[in-house]
Amino acid sequence: MAYQPDRSQYPQKKADGTLDIDLASGKYLKLWQGPQHPGITGNMAIELTVCGDEVVEGKTHVGYLHRGFEKLMERRTFMQCFPIVCRICVPEPDFNEYCYAAAVEELAGLEVPELAHWIRTLILEMGRINSYLMYLGGQAGAFGQGVIGQWTTYVRDLMLDRFEELTGARIYHMFIIPGGVRDNLPEGFAARMETTLQEIESTLGDVERVMFHNAVFKKRAVGVGIIAPELLDSYGITGPNARAAGVAKDVRKDQPYLVYPELDFEAVTGKDSDIYTRADVRRRDLLLSIDLIRQILVKMPKSGAVMTKLPNVLHWKIPRGETYIRGECSRGEYGYYLVTDGSGYPRRVNVRGPSYTHSIALFERLVVNANISDVAALLVSLHTYPPEIER
Amino acid sequence: MSIRDVLSPFTAWKNLFRDPVTIADPLNERPGAARYRGFHKNDMDKCIGCGTCETICQNGAIDMLPVSGVPAKLGDSGLRPRIDYGRCCWCALCVDVCMTGSLTMSNEYKWVESNPDLFRFTPGVDKKHWDNAELGYQRHAEKHLTPGERVEMPELEPAARIGSFTEIVDGYSIEQAKLEADRCVSCGLCIATCPAHMAIPDYIKAVRDGDYERGVQLLYETNPFSQVCGRVCTHRCEDSCAARHEGDPIAIRWLKRHIIDQVPQEKVLELIGKPAAPTGKKVAIIGAGPAGLTAAFDLARKGHAVTVFEAQAAAGGMTRYGIPEYRLPYDALDKDIAVITAMGVDIQYNQRVGTDIAMQQLQSDYDAVMLAIGLHQGRSTRIPGSDHPQVRKAVDLLRQITTGEKIEAPKSMVVIGGGNVAMDIARSMARLQLQQHGEIRVTLTALEDKAHFLADPVEIKESLEEQINILDSRGPQACVIDDSGKLLGLKTWKVLSIFDAERRFAPQYDESDEQIHEGEMVVEAIGQMADVSLLGNELTEKLEWNRGRIQIDSNGRTSENWLWSAGDCVKGPDVINAVADGHRVAISIDSVFTQQEAKS
Ligand SMILES: Cc1cc2nc3c(=O)[nH]c(=O)nc-3n(C[C@H](O)[C@H](O)[C@H](O)COP(=O)(O)OP(=O)(O)OC[C@H]3O[C@@H](n4cnc5c(N)ncnc54)[C@H](O)[C@@H]3O)c2cc1C
Ligand code: SF4
Ligand code: SF4
Ligand code: SF4
Repeated sequence: MAYQPDRSQYPQKKADGTLDIDLASGKYLKLWQGPQHPGITGNMAIELTVCGDEVVEGKTHVGYLHRGFEKLMERRTFMQCFPIVCRICVPEPDFNEYCYAAAVEELAGLEVPELAHWIRTLILEMGRINSYLMYLGGQAGAFGQGVIGQWTTYVRDLMLDRFEELTGARIYHMFIIPGGVRDNLPEGFAARMETTLQEIESTLGDVERVMFHNAVFKKRAVGVGIIAPELLDSYGITGPNARAAGVAKDVRKDQPYLVYPELDFEAVTGKDSDIYTRADVRRRDLLLSIDLIRQILVKMPKSGAVMTKLPNVLHWKIPRGETYIRGECSRGEYGYYLVTDGSGYPRRVNVRGPSYTHSIALFERLVVNANISDVAALLVSLHTYPPEIER
Repeated sequence: MSIRDVLSPFTAWKNLFRDPVTIADPLNERPGAARYRGFHKNDMDKCIGCGTCETICQNGAIDMLPVSGVPAKLGDSGLRPRIDYGRCCWCALCVDVCMTGSLTMSNEYKWVESNPDLFRFTPGVDKKHWDNAELGYQRHAEKHLTPGERVEMPELEPAARIGSFTEIVDGYSIEQAKLEADRCVSCGLCIATCPAHMAIPDYIKAVRDGDYERGVQLLYETNPFSQVCGRVCTHRCEDSCAARHEGDPIAIRWLKRHIIDQVPQEKVLELIGKPAAPTGKKVAIIGAGPAGLTAAFDLARKGHAVTVFEAQAAAGGMTRYGIPEYRLPYDALDKDIAVITAMGVDIQYNQRVGTDIAMQQLQSDYDAVMLAIGLHQGRSTRIPGSDHPQVRKAVDLLRQITTGEKIEAPKSMVVIGGGNVAMDIARSMARLQLQQHGEIRVTLTALEDKAHFLADPVEIKESLEEQINILDSRGPQACVIDDSGKLLGLKTWKVLSIFDAERRFAPQYDESDEQIHEGEMVVEAIGQMADVSLLGNELTEKLEWNRGRIQIDSNGRTSENWLWSAGDCVKGPDVINAVADGHRVAISIDSVFTQQEAKS
């Protein structure tokens, strides 16, 4: 869809339709935000053209990470790709592990044990909580409210403790391995998880009082950065960004995977589609994850195999095929498109991270006519993880 | 917006009175979780240097390096993994894939060092404070990333096989072979153990790839007896196989057989190609066993004219006249030999050197002579009564079975010996008994106890299945003969020990534990020796000897510069060693020819 922003005031258009921005005129200013700006989530830059304190044009710049995971994987065996994928998204790595493993399993024709499905679901919800905790700190921080980040970082650390005892690592878990998961829950895990969940709930209560029932936050966030519902499909918007616009898009419900069909929940939605609503949808989605984890720990089988027998992974060849595996991560639809050609290496891996669509195309549109001081909050409200843009 | 939105944020003030949550000294106060993937440990006694950890590491963080104090030995390359923590991402795939379970992880994650080079270290060699840490990432059995169980070989059931000499082992189907080949980790430890250093991981890869022609080419690079070795090789390589440590070794021997079974004979010939142009050099080889024929094959391919003198009516040596048909069918052996003769090797049958043609003749007619006469004289126990005509030698009986001479199977018999030859004769005679008398009555007595039997466990298992009565720790004392001169059986005493303190053969018996084993025939299967009468007195005098065997150098050359020797008669003990020695002699003879050419 051809985008025609409202440019009623400045700048005027030239005959060929491009903006008539004469930097020498003194009316306009170029501003770089990032790649090391605190309001930018990670290594990404925005090139702003402002007129007064109003943004007239914004361009996103990525490419600071110098990575190429998809290409790397074409030269790694199927098992060797397993430790790589988590790095495609630092704050919520487990979707990469899950989507990759599920894609490999489907093309190789492997049956994963039931218990492994439960543990995978558990891990994905734990990761979602951490991702939202980081987001909340970031969203408040973008408006100068540093204390929220201190609180959420603390409880996120408690969840990292649970990750550590379950997976053997805090950040890059490397636990959802093709064929299953690496281990069962450790002894006494459910009880310790419950304590952690209660801590998080209590902190969220504080966050609600201090961040959401806050005149300053409301003044800055309500009615700002509205995503019109008609944009959703044409821009490929998913996740909380879509749900805050009142559309109950949630892969966990729409194309259920793992054990979601056995869990009792509704997709969390909002209606105003502004920064405030998106933050609130995420806060409530976090509470939903807490509830889902409680359900999982009660319903899951208590023992059983967690790994299926694999062929010799050193020369594991997978027949020709292609598949797309998706899941609902904290930012929306996460997907892996895997093509195999009968050799021992993936022919092509394409990673669909929601940040790509949200933070390049959509952001460049939303930023026009925004106030400079809102730019950081706007970008954060789209929930961007640059590593998954540059895979 | 309400008044609440103005007041509510002030609730943050309650945190003024909270203790800080930050841990002041996390590096010293906080251990990693029980299954934390921390720093690596390696058990030096368990690690075999197979390098599988190096192969799996997608970060190239592992290098296999020699380590002082860890010598290479059979089944251990002597190399150990050095890990570069500038590259490692602690994925633990190396731990999951480790073939011995030696490589593990501690739950330690603190290591402060000012010299960055030290972060490249060899776990288990460079001592670290976490070496004795108990906790850390564990690999459970089901997480081992290579399959541990061998694909079972289809075989004839005992009931179906004991009445005939039909081959017992069926051979793998293509699917079975692929599955078995899939288990190999391509570490190459087996290559060092194989006397002929066959390209084992490469030909196993050929099975995985279904590229049997490549497989045949690889086999022929080091062994012209793949039909034979694919069936009866002693497969010492499998004792060194990395897969053995966490399951069954790869069925290397069966995969070799599978390759050669897949390719038709004409194709094999085409793949090997024609020999080189004639060089004008002539070589005489005495004995058409594996040693002689391997050298013949190599020399003929170099263009030398090779004549093999063979006392028997057919080639193959002990592989034909010793090994029973149910283990190695004659047509399989014939295929190997046909490829060798197709290279222009001329085998003169029924020519016993020393009787039909003299050694001196060969010395004067040929540029080089090779002696590969094997061990064809059975040894005797020399116990009282062992000169009775119904006391036979195993090798003589086996030869008779091969040549098709009629053998009157005794209704009952006793075999003396606990090695593979004893099993072969016991099982062969049992088959004849069943054919001629409808029942099996074979007793086998061995000096060794069950735990120290010389025969392969498979041979023992199959013998028992075939109703052979196996008795361990029995020492033969006399063949019992009645007044009319009829052999009644064998008298044995219980063996208390076989060797003395200096490991010399000096069996001790418990005479009170005496048994008579009934047998109309007693077969001695206690070893063979070479019949060196063909050499004649003069040459015997001239040659240097070593404990009853002709002395050879590392190239198989004797003290007489025109004479080489290889195989059982100088070294042994099996086909693949004979093949390896045959190659060595061929290289030596060829290089002598090359030197002669250079001089002239
Ligand atoms: C019963 C039995 C079972 C065995 N089973 C196995 C097994 O399962 N696996 C394995 O690897 N090995 C086995 N072996 C050992 C293996 O057969 C020998 O190690 C191998 O055949 C040795 O090869 P060679 O060429 O040195 O001698 P041989 O194979 O013995 O060949 C020597 C040849 O020289 C000929 N010869 C001797 N004297 C003269 C002469 N004066 N003039 C002309 N020709 C002469 C002989 O007729 C014979 O053909 C077995 C041996 C026996 C006896
Ligand atoms: S833990 Fe992973 S990255 Fe580190 S050495 Fe082992 S295989 Fe390599
Ligand atoms: S895989 Fe295990 S046994 Fe093999 S070299 Fe590595 S540490 Fe040693
Ligand atoms: S057969 Fe065994 S020892 Fe040989 S390369 Fe394969 S795994 Fe290693």
